[in-house]
Amino acid sequence: MLHTILFLIFAGICVAGALNFLLQRHPVNSALSLIVVMGSLALLFLLLGAEFVAAVQIIVYAGAVMVLFVFVIMLLNAGEEERTRGSRVALFLGVPGLIALFGLLCWTLSASRFQLGQVQIGGYYVPTQELGIALFREFLLPFEITSVLVLIAIMGAVVLARKERP
Amino acid sequence: MTATPELSYVRILPEIILSICGIVVMFVEPLLPQRGSHKSLGVFSFVGTLAALIASLYQTNYPGWGWFNMIRVDEFSVFFHVLICAISAVVILASFEYLETQEIRGGEYYALILFGTVGMVLMSSAVELVLIFIALEISSIATYVLAGYRRRAATSAESSIKYFLLGSFATAFFLYGVALMFGATGSTSIYTISSALQSGQVTLGASSVPVSYSLAYVAVALMFVGLGFKVASAPFHIWTPDVYEGAPAPVVALMSTGPKAAAFAVMLRILFGAGIDTSKAWFWLVWISAALSMTLGNLGALLQSNVKRMLAYSSIAHAGYLLVAFAAVIAPNARDTGISAAIFYAAAYAAMNVGAFAVVSHFARHGERYVNFEDYAGLGKRSPILAATLSIFLLSLLGLPATGGFFAKFYVFNAAIKSDLIWLTVIGLINSAIASYYYLRLIVVMYMYEPQPGEEKLQLRAAPGLTAALVITAIITIWLGVRPAGVLDYATRGASRLLPSFQQSSNLSR
Repeated sequence: MLHTILFLIFAGICVAGALNFLLQRHPVNSALSLIVVMGSLALLFLLLGAEFVAAVQIIVYAGAVMVLFVFVIMLLNAGEEERTRGSRVALFLGVPGLIALFGLLCWTLSASRFQLGQVQIGGYYVPTQELGIALFREFLLPFEITSVLVLIAIMGAVVLARKERP
Repeated sequence: MTATPELSYVRILPEIILSICGIVVMFVEPLLPQRGSHKSLGVFSFVGTLAALIASLYQTNYPGWGWFNMIRVDEFSVFFHVLICAISAVVILASFEYLETQEIRGGEYYALILFGTVGMVLMSSAVELVLIFIALEISSIATYVLAGYRRRAATSAESSIKYFLLGSFATAFFLYGVALMFGATGSTSIYTISSALQSGQVTLGASSVPVSYSLAYVAVALMFVGLGFKVASAPFHIWTPDVYEGAPAPVVALMSTGPKAAAFAVMLRILFGAGIDTSKAWFWLVWISAALSMTLGNLGALLQSNVKRMLAYSSIAHAGYLLVAFAAVIAPNARDTGISAAIFYAAAYAAMNVGAFAVVSHFARHGERYVNFEDYAGLGKRSPILAATLSIFLLSLLGLPATGGFFAKFYVFNAAIKSDLIWLTVIGLINSAIASYYYLRLIVVMYMYEPQPGEEKLQLRAAPGLTAALVITAIITIWLGVRPAGVLDYATRGASRLLPSFQQSSNLSR
C-alpha cells in the first residue's frame, strides 16, 4: 500500500516534470525540470528494487549529464527559444497519431495484465552482485561493444565541432 | 551450446578486424600532415574492409553460436557480412577522389565508416535484441556524423541534424518494442522468444505464465517502426530526400545500402527467426508499408529535378519492393522463396545503388554543384564511358533484363504471386512502369540533350579508385543479371538457416 502511494506520487512528479520540460521556453528551466524527471525516475527504480540502477540514474544522469547540459547552455549563452507556429500536418496527423498510439499501448497493457502474472512493487530485489555477474557473463559482448558506440559518439562530436580550415 | 573461447572470437572476427583498423586509423591520423585528404588512410581502411570480408568467408567453416548465444554465425549472417563489407570497401574506393575535390580531411571519415561497418555487420549476426540495439546505434551514429561531413554546406548540417533527431526518435520506438517484447516473453534472445511464442508459456523460475500475444504484437509493431525508419519505408520515409540531398554523395551510397541491408537482416531475424512469422498480425503492417513505399517513392521521384533527391525517392520505392518479399512469406509454400528473394534484392540493390551514387559523387564536382538533371545534359558526349556506366545502373534500378535489378524484382514478384498477393503484385508492376519514366528521363538527358554552354569541355576523368569502384559495381550488377543462380542459392541456404523452428511454428497462429 505504501509502495503504491509512493509510486503514484513519484510517477506524477515525473510526468509533470516531463511536461514542464517541454513547455518551458528558457533552456535552463527545461534542464532543471529534466533533473526532476531523472530524480523521480531514480526513485521509481528504487521502488522496483533496482537499487543499482537508481544510484546510477542519480550519479550519471542527474549528476554528470545534467551538469554538462547546464554548462553547455551557459557556454552557448542560449536565450529563450523562439516559437514557431508549427506545421499543420504535425497538428492534424501527429496529435491523433500520438493519441492512438498511447491508447493502443494502454489498452494492450491493461488487456494483458492477467496474463502477465502478478508482481508486487518491491517484491523483487536484485542485488548489485547479480547484476554484475549478468553484465560480465551473458552480456559481456554487448558491454564491450558499447565501447565502440561511445568511441564513435566522441569522435563524431569532435568531427562536427572542429573548426574547418579554410 | 556455448562455444570454446577461441571459437567465440572467430565468430566476431570481422568485427574485431574492423574495430582494430578503425582504431589504427584514429591513432595514425594526427601523425600525418594536416592538409590533404589522407588517401593513405583510405587505402589502409580499404584493405581492412577486404580483410573483414575474407574473415567473414572464413567464418563459413565455423557456423554456430557464440558469446552466450548472442551471436549466431550461419549462411545468413555470412551473406550479409560479405555484402556489407563489400559495400564499405567500394564506398571507401569511391571516396578517395570525392574527399580530394571537396577538400575534406579524410582521417576520421574512414574511421567512422569502419566503425559504422562494425555496427552493421554485427546487426546481421546478432540474435539478441539488446545487442542488436547497440549495433543499430553504432551504425546510426556513424551515419549521422558522416551525413554532416560537408562542413561548408548548410544543407549538409541540415541533413545531419534532421537525420539525428528523427533517427533517435525512431530508435526510441525500437527500444520500447524490445522492452515490451521482454515483458511479453521474459527474454530478449530471439530464439528464446521464438520458443516462448510457440509454447505459449513463459517460464519464470519454477512457475510459468502464459504469453501475452497482444503485447508481443504491439512490440513487433514498435520494432517495425524503428527498423522501417532505417530502411526508409513509408510512412517513415519523410527524412530521406532531405538527408540524401545534403549528405556527401559517397556517404549516401553507404547509408542507402549498408544500414538498410543490415536493418532488413534484423527485420528478417525478428519477424521470421523469432517465429512470429505465421501470425497474421504483422502481415497487413508489411503489406500497407510496402504498397505505400512503392507508390509514394515513385510518385515523389517523378517530381524531382535534383538527381540525388530522385535517387532518394527511388530508394524509398525499392524498400517497398523489398517489403513485398516480406509480405510474400505469409504463404507456407512461398516462405523460402520470399526470404531468399528479399536477401537477393538487398544484394542487387546495393550493387546498383552504390554504383549510381559513385557516378553522382564524381560528377558533382567541388561543393556538389552539378547535381541537377540539366547538369547531366550531354554527358553521353562528354564522357561516354561514365554515361554508359550510369545508364547500366539506372536500367538495373528500373529492372531491365540482363541486369541484377531484373532478377531481384522477378524473384520478389514471383514469391508474391506464389502466395497469392495479386493486388500487391499489380501495385508493384504499375509502380515499375511509373519508375521507368524518371530513370529513362535521366538517360535521355544524358544522351539526347546538348551540354549547357561553357560546360562542353568540362574535364571528367575518373580517378583510379573511383574507376575501380565503378568497374566492380557494374560487373556485379551485370553478373547478377546474367548468372543470378549462385547468389540466389546462397541466399536460399541463408533463408533456410534463418528458420530452425520452421516446421513446428505453424501451430502458432491464434
